[in-house]
Amino acid sequence: MTERNNSAWLPSSREIERRSSRRAINRKQVIIAAVSSFLVLGTLALVLVTSPGWQTVKTTFFDIEYGKEVFPTVIRGLWINLQLTFIGGAAIGVIALSLALLRTTKSPTLTPFRYLATAYVDIFRGAPLILIILLVGFGVPALGLKGISSNVIFLGTVAVVLTYSAYVAEVIRSGILSIHPSQRAAARSLGLSSGQTMRYVVLPQAIRRVVPPLLNDFVSLLKDTGLVSILGVTDAVRAAQINASRTFNYTPYVVAAILFLLITIPMTRYTDRAIRHRTNAQSSEGAI
Amino acid sequence: MSNVLELKNIRKSFGEEVVLNNLSLVVPEHTATVLIGASGSGKSTLLRCVNLLETIDDGQIFLDDKEISDPLINVDEVRRKLGMVFQSFNLFPHKTVLENITLAPIKVQGKTQEEARVAALALLNRFDLADKADQYPDRLSGGQQQRVAIIRSLAVNPRLLLLDEITSALDPVLVNEVLSIVRDLKSDGMTMVLATHEMGFATQVADEVCFLESGNILERGSAVAVLQNPTNPKTQEFLKRVHQAGRL
Repeated sequence: MTERNNSAWLPSSREIERRSSRRAINRKQVIIAAVSSFLVLGTLALVLVTSPGWQTVKTTFFDIEYGKEVFPTVIRGLWINLQLTFIGGAAIGVIALSLALLRTTKSPTLTPFRYLATAYVDIFRGAPLILIILLVGFGVPALGLKGISSNVIFLGTVAVVLTYSAYVAEVIRSGILSIHPSQRAAARSLGLSSGQTMRYVVLPQAIRRVVPPLLNDFVSLLKDTGLVSILGVTDAVRAAQINASRTFNYTPYVVAAILFLLITIPMTRYTDRAIRHRTNAQSSEGAI
Repeated sequence: MSNVLELKNIRKSFGEEVVLNNLSLVVPEHTATVLIGASGSGKSTLLRCVNLLETIDDGQIFLDDKEISDPLINVDEVRRKLGMVFQSFNLFPHKTVLENITLAPIKVQGKTQEEARVAALALLNRFDLADKADQYPDRLSGGQQQRVAIIRSLAVNPRLLLLDEITSALDPVLVNEVLSIVRDLKSDGMTMVLATHEMGFATQVADEVCFLESGNILERGSAVAVLQNPTNPKTQEFLKRVHQAGRL
């Protein structure tokens, strides 16, 4: 409809004037931004390069040849981090969802589990991850239980899963609590049981709402898998450490950092987009 | 004619505030009972008590002569016999119109996908919404959303329909498309209790009009009796205000 009207429309002379002044303003802003960026970044680079220790730093942290040499070892380590992230992530999803449901249930049969879930979340959300990794990694094998693997990769994953399940459970729970009670009332008045209401009405909406914070946690999870290196798991961090301590050249650390960033930065960008999308969608959800 | 719903001496309070005070009401089969009264007079609370969304503090509620205010009763079973439509529609935003309507028939009544779909489409057709079946609620106007909400509550063949100020959140232009559905249902013989501020509409559908004030029914009778010749001074006062607001 508007397109048909559009074909007959030619901008007025006033509009043409306005467009050219807008262009002039734009040009000016681009120039200012370029000059400002050049000055700020140039100064930073200059300070770095002219600092007295620059030559030493350059050879011990940014040795390109050495970086190429250790790259295969570090990337093999990173593969461990990625495996840990995805396998751990799946386990975290299942455990966190169960914890969140237990914490929001009113069922009398599940009352003891509700208290346990609350205690669990309090403990694992409140204690530093690195301590949990140490406790699980060295404590569990010390128990000497039969049938429990003392493989460090396994124990490290368990520690990360224990902690992240508590974080993620709280995110999911906040999503569940954010669904307006009128949705529950509508579902219950159709005769759906409280379990059905949770499954078909509340949870699908809650999960959608918390996708952005969950993606954030996923990025953190990937980074935090680097902590299992303290148990001796040869992940990217550990691989870099071994090489660095052998040669006293820290380039492997920089290589590991760059590899992590190559994965996490796109993920963070994607999360930002998901959040923006979410915010836009919510504004049109107002009437419901 | 049997009574579908009977309320005996209902009392409900929220903390110190008594919302329903010794209220009694009988709703015979195939009749429409209209609740009028200022906001806060207890209309919505009354409907929510019938639907067991609120627990009463005293009195008894009977649905088809069976006491549903018994704490041992299965609330899900009771609610299957009741349809409720809310002021704010409360459609499920993550489900299409069709999925909103078929959820309860499939999950509660155990119908197959296909049975539920056919029945839902028949209802959508009847109320001119068939082309919206696969849309999500946020693509619909307020009037369309509320019509879908009514259809959703009809899809489980309720014994009694509870309508809680279903046009209060709507643009005046959209009110009529929603009310015409209710008129159709009334002529089908659906038993209903509805809270409304639309006095003209109340006159058209009501078999009985009840004026609520501070949790009690101060005046009841035919629409003509209550709305045109009220005897209670408080009813007169209320209707005068409605009239001044241009809603009569």
